Amino acid sequence: MSQAACIVGIGETDFCRKPGSGMSQLALQLRAATAAIQDAGLTPRVIDGIMPFPNLGRAEQFAANLGCENLRFAATIHTGGAAPVASLQAAATAVNAGMATHVLLPAGWNGYSGARVRQTVSQDVASIPGGAIARDYYLPFGFTAPPQWYSVMARRHMYEFGTTPEQLGTIAVTMRKHAQLNPKAVMHGRSMTLDDYLASPMLADPYRFFDCCLETDGAAAVVVTSAERARDLAAKPIQIMSGACGQPYPADEITNRKDFFRTGLSIAAPEAFGKAGIGPSDVDFAMIYDCFTFELLQQLEEAGFCKRGEGGHFVEGGRIELGGELPVNTHGGLLSEAHVLGMSHITEAVRQLRGEAEGRQVEGAEIGVVTGWGDFGDGSIAILRR
Amino acid sequence: MSEYTKPLPELEGHTKDFYGFCKQGELHFQRCSACGTWRHVPRELCAECGSWDWEWARSSGRGEVYTWTVVGRALHPAFQQSCPYAPTVIELEEGVRLLSEVLDVAPEALEIGMPVEVVFEAVTDEITLPKFKRVAAS
Ligand SMILES: [Zn+2]
Repeated sequence: MSQAACIVGIGETDFCRKPGSGMSQLALQLRAATAAIQDAGLTPRVIDGIMPFPNLGRAEQFAANLGCENLRFAATIHTGGAAPVASLQAAATAVNAGMATHVLLPAGWNGYSGARVRQTVSQDVASIPGGAIARDYYLPFGFTAPPQWYSVMARRHMYEFGTTPEQLGTIAVTMRKHAQLNPKAVMHGRSMTLDDYLASPMLADPYRFFDCCLETDGAAAVVVTSAERARDLAAKPIQIMSGACGQPYPADEITNRKDFFRTGLSIAAPEAFGKAGIGPSDVDFAMIYDCFTFELLQQLEEAGFCKRGEGGHFVEGGRIELGGELPVNTHGGLLSEAHVLGMSHITEAVRQLRGEAEGRQVEGAEIGVVTGWGDFGDGSIAILRR
Repeated sequence: MSEYTKPLPELEGHTKDFYGFCKQGELHFQRCSACGTWRHVPRELCAECGSWDWEWARSSGRGEVYTWTVVGRALHPAFQQSCPYAPTVIELEEGVRLLSEVLDVAPEALEIGMPVEVVFEAVTDEITLPKFKRVAAS
């Protein structure tokens, strides 16, 4: 158990929409990176592993700016929004194998003031694994962007299991409620009711405007090291008990899956829980990649927090609220905090496990789960322990 | 006639053949010559049995609505004038699914299981897209 690699540093920039970060995408990520390194009590010079987010910068750039003279391990996991959590597992493996000692995981972008999140994929599909397929078989029919791609899954789920718009709305409202407890959240101070949700315009029916994540500027970063090295450092180490990744089949085409709801997490979650030797019921909270409301619901099912088809019922009755049976995204998530590509789900999990989640602390939090979702349903999961 | 501004497929490799058949007014998919499995989108070998032998086989063009989304706000500038429209997954009789659109049914009238049949829409001199229309239940 003591051999588990650890997260020893976390860092974030402010998150904002207007007027924008005022920084380049690289500078923004470097701000978060230096904050994470400082939080760990390290100097940038000792970072010898860097895992950048896909298409948002190269390890060489980070190393040159930070002064990492001994970079040994540079890798990117190409699973879109699933990459930060997938990188936790890879970084843990790297430090345990001696490939690197201190691995930096940065992520961030000007998703509001730069190329908007909505534009990044719909007009440049080459950035995703199924790019040529989307270009030749989706875009000519106006099936151009993630909310549209995923909403066909949501509709099919509604048809097969009776999932309702009110249940999706409950997720959006819960994330907004949590954002009221997080002064950094872009939606802090802007509450939302279920009626507000239901009145919001249809973007990609069944997805309303409020089913969709925010577009924001911001960055976050974490530093991973070995258990042995973690003992010498300033911050309280958070153990990576286990991690796993998975892909749907086929991963590059969303319509021809025999099992329409089997995504990457369907493979990854049982593996991660198995390796950690615990089950979903042993978890004190979950940070679930919530690019859209239904993706959160679907991941709760595929991760095993409830059975497939029961996600709609599961999110009702305050179960996923702070104080409920399984608090989900206590920071407000991509839906109401900011879209930091999943990295702020990891930083929030670490704050919870350190007992530093002021005003929104999950009482006695000892074990937490973080998931990632990207591209056409790639999945990742990490189980963290204080 | 105004210029067609929506995105078009790039006619390369098997995709050139797929849309070439559409231009002739026929819907074809790859079918494995060894095990008979139909597939879409085009692949190099059969994921079911591993055979490299395949042929373009003509689909009946009949199928049903599997799921869809209704785009109320376009996220690609070329589709701004088309809203609301409904990208629809059609499950064909052969078992493959195709992302397309049902031309003669309003988005709010779509239903899962609705029987449909392929029609062809020549959008440019070069490109013909496979679309669908509603048919009576058999
Ligand atoms: Zn075969």
